[in-house]
Amino acid sequence: MIDSSVVLYGQTLAYTFYCLAILLLMGWFGYKITREGKGGIIKDTLFYSFVSFLIVLGVSLHIVTYHTIPWASIDLNRAEIKSDKVFNITVEKHHFILPHEKMIIKCHEKALFKVTSNDLTYGFGLFRKDNSMVLQMQVVPGHLNDILWQFDKEGVYTIRSTEYSGPAGVDMTEKDAVVVLGEQAALK
Amino acid sequence: MNFIQTFIHGEEGIFKSDSLTRMQKLTLRFVIVGLFYYAFAVIEGMIMRIYEIQPIPAIPTKQFFAIMTAHPLVGIFGSTYSIVFGAFLFLVPFLMKKPLWSIKLGNWTLWLIAIGTFVFWTAGFITHYAPLYTLYWPLPADFTQFSVIGGTFFITGIALVMLGTMFFVVNIFKTVSYTPEGWEKQPSGELLKSALGVTAFGNLFRKKKKEQLVTLPIAAITQGTVDVAFNSVIILFTGVLILIYMVAALLGFDLKSSAIDALLYKNWFWWGLDLVADGLVLIFVAGTWYLLATLITGKKLYMENVARIALLVELVVSWTVWSHHLLSDQAQPGILKVVSGEMVTAFELITQGLAFFITLYTLWSARPLKMTNPLKFLLGGLLGFALAVPAGIMNADLGLNRILHNTQWVIGPHVHVAVLVGLTMTLYSAIYFLFPILTNGAKLYSQKLANFHFWAQLIGGVGMGAFMGMAGLQGMLRRSLYVHGEFNTYMVLAGICGAFLLFGFLAFFFNIVMSVGLNGAIGIFAPTKLRTTDLLPETK
Repeated sequence: MIDSSVVLYGQTLAYTFYCLAILLLMGWFGYKITREGKGGIIKDTLFYSFVSFLIVLGVSLHIVTYHTIPWASIDLNRAEIKSDKVFNITVEKHHFILPHEKMIIKCHEKALFKVTSNDLTYGFGLFRKDNSMVLQMQVVPGHLNDILWQFDKEGVYTIRSTEYSGPAGVDMTEKDAVVVLGEQAALK
Repeated sequence: MNFIQTFIHGEEGIFKSDSLTRMQKLTLRFVIVGLFYYAFAVIEGMIMRIYEIQPIPAIPTKQFFAIMTAHPLVGIFGSTYSIVFGAFLFLVPFLMKKPLWSIKLGNWTLWLIAIGTFVFWTAGFITHYAPLYTLYWPLPADFTQFSVIGGTFFITGIALVMLGTMFFVVNIFKTVSYTPEGWEKQPSGELLKSALGVTAFGNLFRKKKKEQLVTLPIAAITQGTVDVAFNSVIILFTGVLILIYMVAALLGFDLKSSAIDALLYKNWFWWGLDLVADGLVLIFVAGTWYLLATLITGKKLYMENVARIALLVELVVSWTVWSHHLLSDQAQPGILKVVSGEMVTAFELITQGLAFFITLYTLWSARPLKMTNPLKFLLGGLLGFALAVPAGIMNADLGLNRILHNTQWVIGPHVHVAVLVGLTMTLYSAIYFLFPILTNGAKLYSQKLANFHFWAQLIGGVGMGAFMGMAGLQGMLRRSLYVHGEFNTYMVLAGICGAFLLFGFLAFFFNIVMSVGLNGAIGIFAPTKLRTTDLLPETK
């Protein structure tokens, strides 16, 4: 499964190019609109082509990401997918209560994180050493909050609440709580 | 005139507050209240920008989050609602060429919003009540963290704003449909049908098209007002729910917070909140673009019938998109995530794209145009939404949401660019356009300051959103504090852009004060001598 950092890199590129294009377009439009020239009549076909393009773009974005971002389909079908590891985590009074044993996952394994809250709405996120995000979900009290994830890259990840739960929850982190072993280590 | 004289009497002494009609005064009061609260929001925003770089010792963490709670509410209700409601209470009668149904009710709206905003802001400032605007259950009723009394006042303030909002809704619908005294009986039902888009929808299936009885901007205002009404009901109901818990706590009873399903509540509340962000804002903005484009060019709007249908589609979309805020809620049914969260949300790309195209083409058809203040701010507003809507659509994707939700991406390139560049610049365009009409021809003090205002708002808004977005892509969460300087490069740059916004606003504010003068500004709040219900003195 591709790493979330790769997806973010692709998104950054795509959105940056789009922003530059739209900034140039509006700059050009602002300049041209004050110049002499005929307004001209735009054919309705151009208008309807633009509408069609927006429809195709809006729908295809989700179809493309569903087929290229692996965790999208895993997430929707997680009830039918067998996990290799299950970790039960509880959140209460602004603290994560982790399993007694260290959470260790081998590369290519699918781990299911089941998080329950006993009081407020929290978040559950895994973060790399450089603070970038691997994944996150909301943790709503009274409901099962589970996320299935396949780790294909070794690393040590910190858990952090990704949802505001009052000023008392500002520092809800569990440093280096999840370890993913590389292929060599996993073979041992 | 020297500087002091201009400061007291306004540019060339042209503006005379006692020449204003009741309607002009009402509208200008709304604008002043709105700008006053905009200043609050900008200063609060700057405090938070600095705090994200380095926590300020004089401000405890609790206070920081109280500011974060008040900031969007002051910005949306205190500022935007005031300016928008004031403008629409003037524009609806102006465009329909009949008096406002009730100026008294308009004044009630103004003061309820002004006082309500002050009440909830003060409650947050003094007691640090800070459940944020999302009010995720049971946080607003968590009295281990928040003061019950503070919360009670906070919710009461919001309720006052909503009451004023309800009065606005009544005033708009009545103004569209009523028959003024001495007039020939108006076809109320047909007027409402045209305003609500029912006629436009029916025309899709009619061979002989029915005539539209209201103009497109009136239809946009009316349809946006439908979302205003629904949103008020949701917020009022939620406020009452929270107040029940607060009153019980004050009486010594501890009601079980688990009596309310947190996910159901979240769906309910987001359904209501989204009527603002993905409903009335988009509809009002599209309507304002259309109005400004036709007023600036003096030409008919391109593809007007399609624009009418697009508004109606946007209204329906706004009722069904809320689930994109719950894509990371694992208990939320998958079908809601895909249909409401992804697919229906994608329609906003289409409806906003259409509004963008139609407005640009209408402007293009009238070239060459003079680059006036309304035109340049209108182009800024169009750019803002062109940048912000796709950023939101990306976030409303199951795959991408997993790594973007609650990061600075959401609040930067999407929310702040939409609000500060898209919405605010559109509002400024309207303010610059209406300024001479509402002041009976007052002259702007300085065009250079207006130019600075434009560039500072544009660069500040786009830049701040961009740097917040870059931090978000690197994993920086919103609603969090990073006290070890983890994202300082981005936060310093975002802070500099925030300063642009602050200085841009100060330039604008100074320019307006110098244009109308201190006496004129105070005179706007003095009782009017002209008892007419006419909008402008010339129409007497």
